[in-house]
Formats: sequence, C-alpha cells, structure tokens
Amino acid sequence: MTEKNKIDTGFSSDVRKDPRRVVFVTRKTSAKVTGDPGPQVMAYPHLMLREAIAFQVLMIALVAVALLWDAPLEQLANPLLTPNPAKAPWYFLGLQELLHYFPPFVAGIVIPTLVVVALVVIPYFNVNVQGEPLWYANRPRRLRIFLALLTVLTISLAYFDAWTVLVPTVVVGAMALYAYTLKPGATTPLGPLQRRPISWWVMTWFILVAVVLTGVGTFFRGPGWAWVWPWGSHAG
Amino acid sequence: MTESRHESLHEAMERIRGTRVWKSIFRREPARTNRTRSLAIFGNLLFHFLPVKVREKSLRVRVSYYLGSISFLLFIVLTVTGILLMFYYHPAVPQAYRDMKDLRFVVTSGLFLRNLHRIAAHLMVIAVFWHMFHVFYRGGYKPPHEFNWVVGVILLMLTLFLSYTGYLLPWDQLSYWAVTVGSNIIKAMPFFGDKIRFLVLGGNTVGENALLRFYVLHVVVLPLIAGVFIAIHFWRVQKDGGLTVPEEPASVEPSLSGKPDSEK
Repeated sequence: MTEKNKIDTGFSSDVRKDPRRVVFVTRKTSAKVTGDPGPQVMAYPHLMLREAIAFQVLMIALVAVALLWDAPLEQLANPLLTPNPAKAPWYFLGLQELLHYFPPFVAGIVIPTLVVVALVVIPYFNVNVQGEPLWYANRPRRLRIFLALLTVLTISLAYFDAWTVLVPTVVVGAMALYAYTLKPGATTPLGPLQRRPISWWVMTWFILVAVVLTGVGTFFRGPGWAWVWPWGSHAG
Repeated sequence: MTESRHESLHEAMERIRGTRVWKSIFRREPARTNRTRSLAIFGNLLFHFLPVKVREKSLRVRVSYYLGSISFLLFIVLTVTGILLMFYYHPAVPQAYRDMKDLRFVVTSGLFLRNLHRIAAHLMVIAVFWHMFHVFYRGGYKPPHEFNWVVGVILLMLTLFLSYTGYLLPWDQLSYWAVTVGSNIIKAMPFFGDKIRFLVLGGNTVGENALLRFYVLHVVVLPLIAGVFIAIHFWRVQKDGGLTVPEEPASVEPSLSGKPDSEK
C-alpha cells in the first residue's frame, strides 16, 4: 500500500497535522480485547460442518424418540370435569408448587417477576462481572451477613411450611459454609468451591430450588396436591 | 468423455460448482480460498449475520455443547413440523380435538408428526434453559456481551410462551386444564389481573375464543417475534467478538489451523 492510500482514523481533527494517528485508547475506554484470542479458522467450512453434524445427530435422536413415545391425548376438554390434580405444563410446575405454599400474589406474580428482573440485571452489576470469590476478603463480616440471611430465609420458609424450597436452600447454604472452611489451594474434589463468586452461589441456589420444585411438582404431587410416590398407585 | 465416466463424486461436485448457474445462484466461485469462504458467509442472506472467522477454541464441544445451535435447530424443526400440522388443524371447538384423532388414526404418519413436534418443543424448553445456565457458568454475560444476555432472557420467555400457547391446541382434558391452571395465575395480579386474563383468553374462561387467540399467537405472532430476536441474538454474538472462551491451560490437541495453542 502506498503512503497516499493510507487509512487514517481517530479523534484528531486535523489529518494533515497528525497523519499517523490511528486510534486513542484511554484508560476508561479500553478496547474489549483481553488476552490472546488464539488461532482463528474460517466459519465456512469449520463451523458450518459442525452445525450440520449437530443437526443430523439431533434429527436422528428426535425421530427415534418420536417413533417410540406417543404424544398423550386424553378425553375431549370438559369444563365441567376438573381432574384432580390439574397440573400446568411441566416448566410451570415449580410455580404451581410455590402456589401451594405462598399466597397467589407472591408465588404467581412477585417471585416470577423478581426472577426475570434478576436474570436481566445480572450483567449490569460489577460484582457479577468481576467475580471475586465469596470468601475472599472481609471473611468474618461476610460470614456474619451470610449466616443472618440464611437464618432469616430458613425460618421464613419453615414458617410457610415450604419444605421443598427449604431443603435445597439448606443444602446450598451448607455447601457455602463448607467452602468457608476450606484452606486456600485445597485440591479436594470440592476444593474449587472456595473460588466461587457470590453470583455462582445465587445461581446455583436458584437452579437447585427450581429443579427440586419442578421435579416434586411433576412426580410427587397427587390429588389435592398431596405428596405421592411416583411408583405408588393413586387415582389421577 | 471416457475420462469423465471415471470421475469421482467429488470431482462432479467441483464441476457443478464451476458452472454459470451455480455462480449465478451463490454469487461466488467455489469456496476454495479464504476470500470465497468469507463470501460463503457474508455473501449469503441466511448466513451473513454469522461470523466469517471463529476462534478455534470456541468450536470445541465443551465450550458450548452447541446448546445455542441445538435450540435454533429445534426452532427450525418446530417450524417445519408445525406448518405441516397446520394443514390438518382447525382452531375450533370441538373440531380441534377431532383433528387430533384424525392425526392419530387417519392421516399418514400424522401421529409421528405430532410426536416430533411435541418432543422437539419439550427439548427446546430444556435446551434453552440449559443454554442459559451454561452461558452463565462460563461467564458469557460479561462485557461486551451484556445486551445479548438480555436478548437471551427475552428468547427464554418467548420459548415458554410458545410452548404454553401450543399446549392448549389439542383441546383435550390435559391441555384444557393445564392452561386453565396457568391462566388463573394472571388473576393474582393486582388491579389489572382480571382484565389482562380476559384479554389473553378472549373471555372469562378458557373457551373457543381462547383457543383461537392461542392459535394465532402460537403460529404467527410469537414465531415472528422469536425469529427477529434469534436473528439479533446471532448477529450480536458476531458483533460482540464471538463466544466467551475462558482461559484454560495450554492444550496439546492438534490444531485445525496448523498452529499449536501454546504458540503466543
């Protein structure tokens, strides 16, 4: 490329005065490149080929399941005949399980809204972006706050008899307390827990609660939303 | 001509790719050079929002399990099977239920078609959730990917709404009462709960108006919105610099581009 065709860009207003300035990178506006991106390959064919293989594997699995497992079809819808229990689609059974414990306004409106808002704002809080381990600094103070929160949460869940929320909450709380006792650099299988940031703990708690609620709602709830065993015989 | 009889399939494909017709359709030479491989992506309406180059590390299965791709592919499967099902479906009471019976007993492969649509729908809900959790644990929401995470949350909600509106369409006891239970939650909303529920159902109970509204939402409104957001989601992956690949110890796996990972 000759000197004449050289491309200039940047904040300098006088191109003749500052002909070689390409771009300013000031302290606050860092280019978003961190570390070595590593070698790159062409998306065609390397990515496209993998997508095609993923599609074929998926299609084979789908057809196999569709041949073996028939979609259910019950009697014609009858508004006068309410089944017991009437269950929502499986992905809403966690909510239905919550409705069993909490007032409809809390379980049906407040909690889902909070979950969606919490998911949306995750990337906009620096504490989530920096990802400092929960038990990294201010350990005694953080332990006090953590224990206070866990106690309040446990007592309020017990007050509402919300056992299917309480159990996973206590499990995750115990895991976090165990992480507190780990010595730095522990190489046990649970050793990495000590490096987990607070966002990791909150998300893990949320997922565990959601999975337990959905599982219980799907398999362990019978007539009148009473506890049943999936292998036991019950009407409904 | 005697030589051409012995040419392999590969050579035949190469010859077809060199024809004027091929070039007129794909606007490029065969994708043998990096320039024509780039054109294969950004010179194509369907692919132009994908990246031309990808980081080799991001292709590894463990980085993504291809969960985003699988979610998208399930969306495509659902669109195709959904359109085929629409040929046999009337959103009316009680004809909708009779159409289900016809799909099972009369239409050739009708049950298979419905099974495929149903299993793909369940899998898509699972795949989208799993995709989100996987992205979270790999830190994929961190700058500059913040907004694409938000688009992903919107797509999760659209997936749930799509699945929920489709749930009513068979008009059997299962679908009717599942949707009744779900729509009763809206009533708990203060001030506007009953009004919003009336708007969604087209009445005070789940009836033929609700079936029609859910049908229109399920086959037109929500898929179109989802399609737009999927396009934005893919495009932003490219614009934000590709998948997030956390720092890992140097690997000794053979490299696609011929350069070892450790070379820095």
